[in-house]
Amino acid sequence: MTSSREDLASAEGLAGTQDPARTDSDEPGWIGEALREHAEHERHEVDAGHRRQLPLADREQQVLDRIDRARRRRPRVREERITMSHGAGGKATQTLIEAIFLDAFRNPLLEPLEDAAQLLIGGSRIALTTDSYVVKPLFFPGGNIGDLAVNGTVNDLSVSGATPLYLSAGFILEEGFGVADLARITETMRDAAAAAGVHIVTGDTKVVEKGKADGCYINTAGVGLISRDVSLGVAHAQPGDAIIVSGPIGDHGITIMLARGELDLEADIASDTAPLNGLVAGLLDAVHGVRALRDATRGGVATILNEIAKAADVGVLVTEDDIPVRPEVRGASELLGIDPMYVACEGRLVAVVPEAEADRAVAALRAHPLGEQAAVIGHVRAEQPGIVQLKTAFGGTRIVDLLVGDPLPRIC
Amino acid sequence: MAMRFVDEFRDADKAHALAAKIAALCEPGRQYKLMEVCGGHTHTIYKHGLEDYLPESITLVHGPGCPVCVIPMGRVDDAMHLAAQPDVIMTSFGDMMRVPGSQGSFFDAKAQGTDIRMVYSPLDSLKIARQNPDKRVVFMAIGFETTAPSTAMTMLRASAEGLANFSVFCNHVTIIPAIKAILDSPDLRLDGFIGPGHVSTVIGCRPYEFIASQYAKPVVVAGFEPLDILQSIYMLMVQLSQGRSEVENQYSRVVPWNGNVVALKAIGETMELRPYFEWRGLGFISHSALKVREKYAAMDAELLFQVPGVRVADPKACQCGEVLKGVLKPWECKVFGTACTPETPIGTCMVSPEGACAAYYNYGRMNRTRVPEASRS
Repeated sequence: MTSSREDLASAEGLAGTQDPARTDSDEPGWIGEALREHAEHERHEVDAGHRRQLPLADREQQVLDRIDRARRRRPRVREERITMSHGAGGKATQTLIEAIFLDAFRNPLLEPLEDAAQLLIGGSRIALTTDSYVVKPLFFPGGNIGDLAVNGTVNDLSVSGATPLYLSAGFILEEGFGVADLARITETMRDAAAAAGVHIVTGDTKVVEKGKADGCYINTAGVGLISRDVSLGVAHAQPGDAIIVSGPIGDHGITIMLARGELDLEADIASDTAPLNGLVAGLLDAVHGVRALRDATRGGVATILNEIAKAADVGVLVTEDDIPVRPEVRGASELLGIDPMYVACEGRLVAVVPEAEADRAVAALRAHPLGEQAAVIGHVRAEQPGIVQLKTAFGGTRIVDLLVGDPLPRIC
Repeated sequence: MAMRFVDEFRDADKAHALAAKIAALCEPGRQYKLMEVCGGHTHTIYKHGLEDYLPESITLVHGPGCPVCVIPMGRVDDAMHLAAQPDVIMTSFGDMMRVPGSQGSFFDAKAQGTDIRMVYSPLDSLKIARQNPDKRVVFMAIGFETTAPSTAMTMLRASAEGLANFSVFCNHVTIIPAIKAILDSPDLRLDGFIGPGHVSTVIGCRPYEFIASQYAKPVVVAGFEPLDILQSIYMLMVQLSQGRSEVENQYSRVVPWNGNVVALKAIGETMELRPYFEWRGLGFISHSALKVREKYAAMDAELLFQVPGVRVADPKACQCGEVLKGVLKPWECKVFGTACTPETPIGTCMVSPEGACAAYYNYGRMNRTRVPEASRS
């Protein structure tokens, strides 16, 4: 017993041998920068001596307030290079978009950061969007990269309230890629476009040396016409509104994960990739005053809930028991230690509607084959703005934050 | 749809009933500090909002049992150095990828072209070694007795196959010396321990007996579902109310009292205790970690490559040590949530999902609403 006490003491002794002149601001790279920034804000905020005297709960609240302020500061990319996290759809992606892209391109049309930009051209309201697809593997149960490339862009237009009309298709192909595979992908795109009622009207082809790409990447852009008198946006969410998902979540992400074969797991499950324009049209026909629609892709439903909380500066409370998840997806998620709330879908949407319209909205969604398991999963509220909370099946509560790490790169 | 073997351990009705029984055992005016040693427990507690069920007089103190959290910065630097050697493929669990060394993390190194691959099992590293005979594959082994057997089995497999390009950078640690260090630390008064379930599947319950007999603290080895932990807290409270201090096994459906002899043998065959090892925040603790046995020296990355082995001090603002010892709550750290966040972690406790700071930041950063049963006393 004494030995370990000595160990602790000797460790402290060692710590004492550090260069006494070393301070936090000498720390290398972003750590020193983050600490200096922290010290700067700290000086302006609470003085530490005062905080010590407060009761425990109040001190904790003070720290929470300080964190809230820190989170609302202008995002900055601290890394010197792009890492896989920047593409994961979570916090790092958001920081990159806001600190680099939005900063450079800032304009009122881009600023809402919705799934599609809304333009007024010659008296018509047009929605414009673009998306790139780098999914690995290219072929998976329920579809291939071609389905994703068409449906993903159709869905971004649909959830903006637009009728999708025309798509472009750009291909980046790796030297050595099979022509038969390319034909399979383009046939799938043709069929997916036909199913969604859109036309692929322009395109581009590039080939890069072997090893400089992974088979086939696709970019699609799309335009649609907003003919309905709707104004959709997550910033419109108001306390009391109901939050609905259109069906079981996480199918696509788990399918891709299993299709890679790295986990030696098998389950009878397929991607949910599907065009949502029919489902959205049914909803908007039945319900007036829909506040926001989003398709839940990278980052999953959790990311959308956080976007709602942030954009509208409201709280969100959802109930775990009410969120539809297939048993196969839940099982795989449990095994892998993943939360289905963060797993990508490719044919599901999240809708925010006034509470009085919730039943009508669920009924309208359920009337469509893609929305049979639609359900209200929670509500918008005034309390704790900016924070998404989950009532767990166990009966406790916790936060659902934006994802930081990358559970699975190249999901779409 | 109900999921067997999962939902029965997350039953809210049973939780409410247990909460009432726990509250009834609290002596008025007495404060209880219970340490969950294992990071997996910390994660479960926050992920399911378990603290909602506890009265205010019971505080859960998060312990040092998070494998990633206890790796000191110098070892991360050593690993980065290994990864940068010519023809080396570094393999590591996903948890390690974001851990900051003094020159950045594996993620940063990967972005600069270093070949670092995430694996789900050390056996995946063997697969990579077989597929890349002209490369040298190093597995960054971390974890307590829970993961040491899989590293051991992988070494035995590699040895049987005669695989010459596979080695292990061994950072396995053992839980008992860390618990002892905490018990001997003057900073903290604990009332009892929620014992680590996964470690105990390997080492059994016997090694904890000294805690009960010499330090007079009750220990309940617990499972990882929220009801497991709540029941363990109840069992600890029963012991405390009766003035008992014993080792009890709540997780008997998985944990044999004497542990897993096969796993222990595999560890003993391939690894031996180091004289001492540095723990992040806890300092050097004697006989607290494992290294590759001489018999398997050909698989010991520390011998195959020159590892700098320089001790690197944590940033001074980082209070991971205090958090790991349970002296500070995560939010009491000076830089918690502002300079140090899961996105830009300064300390290890903010990196791993099992780290107390990450669990609190991601799941618990809010006003708690306790269930009525917990408030009634």
